[in-house]
Parts: sequence; structure tokens; C-alpha cells
Amino acid sequence: MSSSAVYILDVKGKVLISRNYRGDIDLVVIEKFMPLLMEKEEEGLLTPILQTSDCTFAYIKTNNLYIVSTTKKNANIALVFVFLHKIVQVMTEYFKELEEESIRDNFVVIYELMDELLDFGYPQTTDSKILQEYITQEGHKLEIQPRIPVAVTNAVSWRSEGIKYRKNEVFLDVIESVNLLANANGNVLRSEIVGAIKMRVYLSGMPELRLGLNDKVLFESTGRGKSKSVELEDVKFHQCVRLSRFEIDRTISFIPPDGEFELMSYRLNTHVKPLIWIESVIERHAHSRVEYMIKAKSQFKRRSTANNVEIVIPVPHDADSPKFKTTIGSVKYAPEQNAITWTIKSFPGGKEFLMRAHFGLPSVECEDTEGKPPIQVKFEIPYFTTSGIQVRYLKIIEKSGYQALPWVRYITQNGDYQLRTN
Amino acid sequence: MTDSKYFTTTKKGEIFELKSELNNDKKEKKKEAVKKVIASMTVGKDVSALFPDVVNCMQTDNLELKKLVYLYLMNYAKSQPDMAIMAVNTFVKDCEDPNPLIRALAVRTMGCIRVDKITEYLCEPLRKCLKDEDPYVRKTAAVCVAKLYDISSGLVEDQGFLDQLKELLSDSNPMVVANAVAALSEINESSPTGQPLVELNASTINKLLTALNECTEWGQVFILDSLSNYNPKDDREAQSICERITPRLAHANAAVVLSAVKVLMKMMEILAADTEFCAGLSKKLAPPLVTLLSSEPEVQYVALRNINLIVQKKPDILKHEMKVFFVKYNDPIYVKLEKLDIMIRLASQANIAQVLSELKEYATEVDVDFVRKAVRAIGRCAIKVEPSAERCVSTLLDLIQTKVNYVVQEAIVVIKDIFRKYPNKYESIISTLCENLDTLDEPEARASMVWIIGEYAERIDNADELLDSFLEGFADENAQVQLQLLTAVVKLFLKRPAHTQALVQHVLSLATQDSDNPDLRDRGFIYWRLLSTDPAAAKEVVLADKPLISEETDLLEPTLLDELICHISSLASVYHKPPTAFVEGRSAGIRKTLPAAKPGVEETVREATVIPSQESLIGDLLSMDIGSTIPQVPVAQPANNVDLLGGDLDILLTGPGPDLSGGVQPSTTGLLGDIFMSTAPVKFNPPKTCWLPADKGKGLELFGTFSRRAGQMAMELTITNKAMQAMNGFAIQFNKNSFGISPAQPMNVGNVPPGQSLEYRLLLNTSGPVQRMDPLNTLQVAMKNNVDVFYYACQIPMQILFTEDGTLDKRVFLTTWRDIPSANEVQYTLNDIKGTADMISSKMTQSNIFTIAKRNVEGQDMLYQSLKLTNNIWVLLELKLTPGATTATLSLKSRSVEVAPFVFQSYDSILKA
Repeated sequence: MSSSAVYILDVKGKVLISRNYRGDIDLVVIEKFMPLLMEKEEEGLLTPILQTSDCTFAYIKTNNLYIVSTTKKNANIALVFVFLHKIVQVMTEYFKELEEESIRDNFVVIYELMDELLDFGYPQTTDSKILQEYITQEGHKLEIQPRIPVAVTNAVSWRSEGIKYRKNEVFLDVIESVNLLANANGNVLRSEIVGAIKMRVYLSGMPELRLGLNDKVLFESTGRGKSKSVELEDVKFHQCVRLSRFEIDRTISFIPPDGEFELMSYRLNTHVKPLIWIESVIERHAHSRVEYMIKAKSQFKRRSTANNVEIVIPVPHDADSPKFKTTIGSVKYAPEQNAITWTIKSFPGGKEFLMRAHFGLPSVECEDTEGKPPIQVKFEIPYFTTSGIQVRYLKIIEKSGYQALPWVRYITQNGDYQLRTN
Repeated sequence: MTDSKYFTTTKKGEIFELKSELNNDKKEKKKEAVKKVIASMTVGKDVSALFPDVVNCMQTDNLELKKLVYLYLMNYAKSQPDMAIMAVNTFVKDCEDPNPLIRALAVRTMGCIRVDKITEYLCEPLRKCLKDEDPYVRKTAAVCVAKLYDISSGLVEDQGFLDQLKELLSDSNPMVVANAVAALSEINESSPTGQPLVELNASTINKLLTALNECTEWGQVFILDSLSNYNPKDDREAQSICERITPRLAHANAAVVLSAVKVLMKMMEILAADTEFCAGLSKKLAPPLVTLLSSEPEVQYVALRNINLIVQKKPDILKHEMKVFFVKYNDPIYVKLEKLDIMIRLASQANIAQVLSELKEYATEVDVDFVRKAVRAIGRCAIKVEPSAERCVSTLLDLIQTKVNYVVQEAIVVIKDIFRKYPNKYESIISTLCENLDTLDEPEARASMVWIIGEYAERIDNADELLDSFLEGFADENAQVQLQLLTAVVKLFLKRPAHTQALVQHVLSLATQDSDNPDLRDRGFIYWRLLSTDPAAAKEVVLADKPLISEETDLLEPTLLDELICHISSLASVYHKPPTAFVEGRSAGIRKTLPAAKPGVEETVREATVIPSQESLIGDLLSMDIGSTIPQVPVAQPANNVDLLGGDLDILLTGPGPDLSGGVQPSTTGLLGDIFMSTAPVKFNPPKTCWLPADKGKGLELFGTFSRRAGQMAMELTITNKAMQAMNGFAIQFNKNSFGISPAQPMNVGNVPPGQSLEYRLLLNTSGPVQRMDPLNTLQVAMKNNVDVFYYACQIPMQILFTEDGTLDKRVFLTTWRDIPSANEVQYTLNDIKGTADMISSKMTQSNIFTIAKRNVEGQDMLYQSLKLTNNIWVLLELKLTPGATTATLSLKSRSVEVAPFVFQSYDSILKA
């Protein structure tokens, strides 16, 4: 009960490739899509779901392509959108870049994929690693006919058997993105950490993995309440993790897919000090000039260092003749973005830097009103997590009994990091 | 080498050339040719003429080529049905190929060829494939049954495919189970009778729950969606389903999470809301819902539309999560607008300061639609959160100072609503509003401003000038503004008649003589006549109190909300419309409803019950025969008087005469009731209490109590209309309750004019459906009138349920007292006792509490009393009175001891009366 047909359109609405799954809607309805989209955009009522008398369009846009699904029924629309994004992911994994050219170059494989991804509108196998085992770009030059990998219908549908590595290794990246929203008065409205544990798995056979974190719920239930632990508010797991096991005793156990994937993500609301704090004084002298005084403060421990710090400060689009002065880093004016970017390659903890900018403003004022985009900050702090989450162990058990080394890396970076200005 | 080269032939004899290439003997050439054909098909060229040649290539051991030919067949078979038959043999053969990939491919493709002749040949291969040894083939065949059903439902039923499909639900492979479930749900949904063809039972559910842990993410969605259609038989089963589904909330796939939320929301309806389990479940729902807001914007949009429903159904789940709905600068506009909507729904006194400062920020953004909605939201906060009104007004004033045209206009529209909600509170800002008069160019803003001027005409010194200036361009105004102008001038005239006569005459002539708009003319004439015949009446009509405006806007009607909750994560939940509104024909399926609460099978004596969903109430209300078919009961029929007087005198002595008419009695004339009241001994009825305040009832105010006179129970109502318009079409419906109380007659209240009130006595009986309530004596009532449906709950005083035949024989009393175990005895102390044992006893008898025996033990009076409830529960009591003391001890024994507290309440209130 999801898609009747799936189309990939170019930016003008021309169909590049399509597949009709249910035959209950005439394929030509797609001609109504682009006019409708433009009409809604004009009215300011654009949503990712467009309704016509014949059907409903659900679409996503990526790389100047529209991926559109049609339906006549009361489809599970959440499923449709997640699936459309999945198509993009699979095809990107197949062709590196999903764009007009790569679609024309690979239309035969795309037809094959579309046949395998969805049947009668119901998503089927969408794991590109597994798909690549029986749908390949090389055509089938070999005389041997491809067979369905067992994994397609296995309970472990994400990993094939018989994988071999000479050196068995696992890399764990704990990446925390800090989302911050502060208002112009310097009050933090929202601060949240979205963490992800990404893995690169190079292990032979069908290994059983168990990951131990300093999870507060687990610690409290096992009487280690006093040790330093982290309260994860909402945890989401890759489909390989046994959810019911986690629900029962908070054990994270799984047979991993091969290669790179995101094992889990978590979210926690924190009230920690914003890692990088920006104070801005903006003086607008209408019709003559605007001056910025930006102070950046690093509010984490001295022994840590933030790398590649970029502070993006919006400026009026009619500003001209930029002048900058700063004690550290470099400042660039990007007129196409109506912003200046202050880049600091290395920003140690507990420091404070200053930057001044000066722009001229035209004497004739522009008619359009401008919004007040927030200041955005990008940064990366290695060897450090804001939440204090720690990987305590990663146990790897495979029946052949090999030893494998897990490598763990921690990094904190900016997420949606926005500071509103006056 | 890429495939793009296949697109680059544009020679004139293309088709001809392709034809010869297709018939080439070399395999490679053939394949190249088929690719060219498919490429042409892809760019929209008609290559159907090559049908026989392409089909000829079908018999090949090259899988890639076979797939391409199949693809071609799917596209063109319908246009060439006769030739499509050529392909059947190969299909049938391929369904037996040793390679499961080919078997599956064949059965999958065959199902997609919607040609009747082919369909006939599909049955045999399909039957085999459903039993194939390879799960990949079985799972493909399962979906194929749904395809076949779509083409020919009869064939599927006749050939027994439904049973085979059902068997697949027990398949050892989770993917097969998932696809079988998907196919069955699809078939059930399009069943012609509207009844599901295959019902899920408890054991199938169990299998599905097991498969849920092992199948792919998509399969999990199919299973969860199908579970959401299942109604567990009791709350125990519901709870176990919940327990097994909850882990899905931690799945990375947003569709899995939302489908799990759907099942849980539905199951929670069955479970008792006040249990620890349910509370825990509610808590678990919040974090995953919040996390959905970090997904892709389209998924966020779906999530937000669903959260909008969930917040309306269960406001508590997300009440602490306001901040996550704060709008980010780079959110797409459709996400921004939805977030704003939810922010208003969650706004409360606790978070209003934050919400306001956000809204103020949004009101300075660039996107006009978003800014307008933000300004409107500030107004809604003022109306919703009363203590914040002042703050909202000052925020709006700040915004008006920005002089941004559309902001000012929007602000004035919402300030009008604030004035209506809080009359005479903020008129100090009127002067600021008037300053912006000239900039208003939108009809709604102009109309609002005119309304404000008219409403506060006595405070605005130059109101006449202002209105006069509007009149100059009267003909060019929008109808909405014209109507407001007319009313405003009339108001002005009524308030300040001195110098405004000319003005009012001018506007009346503009409205009645120069306008083509019938609404405007009619209103003009009405005012004219009113003013000329009776200015005092005109004042009362025009300057009457305004009906209240509701606090929550855009709330979905409860039945629709419940239906949409069943459709979480589907299109219906995004449109906020039932599927029937946008899905054609039979596939619209059955309308879903939330299940009513079901008590546990064994737990018959369970204290807690869920407040049942309201749809049962409304459903009944709607099916109730309201209208002219009910014979009018004449008011105070003389025949009744005769009956009464000629009736059993005992009745008269034991209580006021039964008012059998049950009709409308104007409140000023209590006639018969009053007369009998004064002669008969006083029987206690609790005073009327407010059941529905006017601000909850859109102007309808209800005071009420219960009474019992001569064995007839009744609900005594005082219905007051505080709204501007007349109310009529009253109807009443009770929810299931502990004693099966239901109205004995349709509610027969005629028209209630504005400002009037009337007394109504609704006779009751106990033949309604029974469901235990908590507290036991709770009665939930739905009252309907021409304005809306209102819900309220009241407590039934237990004494109205005491029957007239509650006397027990002395010996029976004694044996019963002994037989009831002492665990069923409850003691209670009565305070403020006045009078002797005899006086108390006779007072009690009025309320059907009968004294069986009286003894004097050691100076204490013992009264042995019995009473019977309408549902045949006997209650035995022993009242120990010490002469002169103001307290007394009451011991109660009953087989249903849970009624005890309510009987004690009755004792208290009867004694105090």
C-alpha cells in the first residue's frame, strides 16, 4: 500500500526513468507534477505531498532531481518518504553520484534495481551491499548465472556469509554533534547533543559483537550507579541490533554488516556551556555603513583544541567594500552567500579572539526586506565528547576464534549551531 | 563504456533497423538491440511495434536480457493483449527454472501483466511458487496473490489462494511472513463487502510478533500496520502486544517508529489510562517522537502532522517538549508552519514566556505567510492562556510599531479577537490602533478595525469621524467590511445618539438602497425597523453580550481525531481527513475506529476503567432519532393532573407527585411540583450544580441534579442560553455507566431563545448498557444542540438508585447479615446528627432506606436498615445512635461492598437535609 509508480525527473520535470508498479494510475499523470509544484510554490503552500484529483504525489529533491512516488490509496506516507531517501542512498552507493548523467549511463541497472527494491509498491531488499551481489554494473560477463544471496531472505539480511579478511579490524567513531539555538540576548534556547556511533567493520565470517557503553540505565540496574555514566534520552539502532535484547537488559548485541555503517544514534538534552560562544555587536548606520565586532570564546577544557573553526556571519546583501581586522585566522567575504566567514584553523580551549568588520552601505535603500539569518559556527574537537560517553568494550566472537582489534575514536563537532543576531 | 550510447540513434528507419537487429543471430547483437529498444521506451518513444520481435528474445539463458524483455512486456502487454499470449509459455517454463532468481522473476512479472488471458495461466505456476522451497520465491509469490486479487478477486477466492496466503503467515522465513501480511492487508482493505476477508486471531498475532524481531525494516512496517487493525480481546492481550512492540521505538527507520507509535496509541485506548503501565508507555513515546524531528525534512513534515494529532489526543505526552518545536532559520517553510501549529497547542502558563519571545522573533522574519501565522499565534496565546493576555497584547503593540504593513493588519485582526475574549480590558491601546487606520488595505483587517471602533464607540471621541471617513468609499469596500460598517454605525448611534443621526441614516440608505448585496440589504432593513419601532429593543439586540469565543481553535472533531489516530503515518494523518475523503471506490475500505476499553476477562471487580472513547457517544447520538418524529409532549397536560389526583394516595404521601409529563416547564411556573412539595414531607434532593459552564458549552450553561420521586428517577436540568443565537435541536446521550442509567425518553426541549433559561426534567431508567466506572457513580453525558456536541461528567447521588422495595424481612436480614463475610463490612462515622432515632428513621424512609428493626442496647439506639439498588444489590446497615451525641456509627454489609462509600455519602446528605 505504498507506491503506485516511482519516477526520477530532472529539474524541469522531464521524466528520466520511471517504473510502474501497480498499473492503477496512468503514467502520464506525471505531466501534472511540475505545474502543480510551481503553482503551490507560488502560493507559498508548498509541501512534499501534492494532491491532485487523480492521485497523490510524494517527492523528494536531490541533486537537481525529483524522485516522485504516486499513489491513489491511503498509503503509509512515512514509509514512502523513508523509502525514497533509501533509493537515493542505494543508487548513490551504486553510481557514486545520482544525477542526470549517471542515470542515463546506467539505465539498465536502474531498471533492475527498481525491480528488486519494490514489488507492487512494497519495499523489498534495499541493502546495497547485498544487492550488489546479484545486480552488478558489469552486466553478467561471466557465464555463471547469478544466484540470490542467502542474505536476501535470511534473518540476517544485511550480511553475506563467507566474508574473509586477512587482518580482522573494527573501527568505531563516536561522533557527537552539538545543536544549539541561542537568541540575540545571549540566552540558550535549546541545546542538544545528537550522537552517532559509526563503524567500519572488516571482519571475517559471521561475527557476534557486543558493545558496552557507560549507559546510565545499565549502570543503575547493575549496581554501578556511582560510576560516571551517561543518560541517553532516545537511542536508535541500525536494524542489525537486537532491539528486544536491548529492551530487556540494555545489551547492544549484533551481527554487523560488512564495511561502513551507522550502528546507533542517540540524543540527549544537556545544559552544558556552549562549546564556542559568539558575542556580536552590530552597528548599522543606515545609508552609510555597518560595523561588526565579533568575539569568539572557547568554553571547553584548555587541553582540548577545536579544529577548522568557521564562524559564518551574515551581512546585508547590498553591503560593499569590506574591511576586516582580526588577531587570529583569516576572514573572507562571500558575497554570493551574503556572509563573511572567519576561519580559525586551531582554536585552543579557554581562549577568546576578536574580529572587526566594516562594510559600506549604499545610500539608496533596497526595497526587499531581509531576514535576520543567524550566525553559524562550524568546528571539530577531536578526542572529546560533550556527553562523556565512553566505549567500555567491544567484544567480538566468531566461531573460528580469531582475535580482532577494535579502534575507537571520539570527536565532537557542530550540528545545527545557530546564534540569532539583532 | 556506459549505457548512454543506446539513447543516441535518431535515424529515420529506426524501428526497422531495430527489428532486424533484434532478429540477429548473435546473442550480443540481440542484447544490444533490446537495450536500444528499452532506451527508446525510457525516453517515451512508442516501440510497441516491435512486440513480436522482442518477445522472441525472451527465451534466453542470459538473465540481463531476460529482465529487459520482461520489462518491455510489462510496459506493452496491455496494448498488445493478443500477442502477449505468446509469452505465456516462456513464463510458465521460467516458473520451473532451477534458478530461484528466475522463478521469482517470472512469477513477479506475470503478476504485473494485467491481461486477462495471461492471468488464467498464472494460477498454476503461482500455486507452485507459493510452496516453493526457496523463501525468495515464496515471498515474491505472496505479493503476487495481492496482484492477482487486484486483477480478479474472484479468481483468488475460487482458487483457494487466500488459504495458501494465510498458511504463509506461519512460514519459517520472516520475509515471507512479512510479505504475506502485506498482501493480506491489501486484500482485506479492498474487500468488496467492507468486511476483512481474513481475520487475524490471537495465535496469528503471536506469529507476527515473533517475525517482527527478525524481518527487514520494511517487513516490520507491514507487520506493525497490520497489527494496528487488530482488536485485542482484553487489556491483558493489549498489554502484552505493547510490551513486544515497544522495542521498535528504538529503530533507526522512521517509518518503523511511526507505525509502532500507531499500534501503541491504539492499544493504550484499551488499557486503563491510570495504570502504571500506561503512564510508562506514554513516557516512552515522547523521546522517539522528538527524535523524528532530526530526520529528513519530508519525514519531519509527516511526523509533525502526526504529532499534531497525538498532541490533541494525549496532550500530556509532549507537554514538556515545547523547545524542540522552536523553528530553525533553515527549516523548510512547510516544517516551520507545522511547528508553529504545535507550539500553540502546547502553549500553557508554564511556558508562555518562552513561546511569546519566540513568536515575536518569528514575526520579524521575511516569509510573509510564516510571519502572519506567527502574529496570529500570539493572538491565540492571549486567548488560550489568560494570564498571559496582557503580555501578548503588549507584544502585538510592539509589532504594530514596526509599521510593517502585513504585520500591522494581522495584529489588528487578532486584537479584535482579544477584545472579544476580554471585553473592556485593553481599550487603552485603541488610540494606537486608530493611528494605523490609513494603512489597512486588507478586508479582514479593515473589518476588524471597524468592529473595534463600533464596539468602543463611546470611548473613542472621534468615532463618528472615523466611521464617516470609511463611508465615503462604502461602495468600494468588500462585503465583509460593509456589513461591519453598518453594524458599527448603528452601535455608535445607540451609544451616542446625539450627533450621529445623520450618519446612521446615511449608512442605512447606503445599505438598503444602493447595494445589491442581499445580506447587507436585509441587515440594513432589520436595523432600520428596529430603530424606528423600538429603540430600546434595538439596544438590547445590537449591544447584547457577544457569544464566547473558544480557546482552542482548529481542534479536530473527536470522532475524526480517533479515526485519524488509527491512520497514523498514512496519508490520511497528513491531510487530517479520513481516507474516504480522498480515496476512490471500494478501496477506501472500512472506517477505522479506536476500540473501546475492555475489562480483563477475569478481573470483574476492577476499580479502574478507561474513559471510553467518545466516538461511541457520538455514534449513538447521530443514530438517535432526533427531529419531528418524536411526538410533542404538551406542556403540563391537564390529563396528568387528573391522573395524579386520582392516583394512589400513598405515592402522594411518600413523596411529591411524579411529574409524568416530563415535559418542559417554564421555570417561573413550578405549579404542580410546588404544590405537592409543600404538602408532602421533605425529601432530600441535592442542589443543582454547574455541570457545563457557558464558556465550555459555547454559551450553553447547564446546572443539574438528580431526583427520585415515587420510583421515577429523573435528571433535573436548568438550561441557560448565554449565546447570541437561539438554541434548539437538543438531544442527550449517556455513556455506559455502572448502573445502566439511560434517558427514558428523547430530550424534548424546544427552542431556547438567547438569554433565556428553562427547567427540564429528563426521566431516566436503568435499562442502558452497563460498564463499571471509576468512581462508581460517574455518569458521562453528551449533550447536543444546534451549536455543537458537549461532553460533561457528573456524579449520581446514590440515593436516587434506592428502590421502593428495599425492605427485608427481619429473619432474612439476620441470616443475610451473618452470611456476608466480615471482610465485606465497612464502618463509617456520621457527624452532626440531630433528632431522635425515630425522626432519623422516618427521614430515611423518604429516601427508600428502610428500618427493619430497632433495639435499645445499653442506652444506645440500634437501627437495622436495608436498601436495595436498582441493580438488585442489597445493602444492610446497622446504625448506632447515642442519644444526645452528635456522632453515630454506621456499619455496612453488602456483597458488593464497593458501593459503601457512596451509600455513606447518601446518608450524610440525607441527614443534613
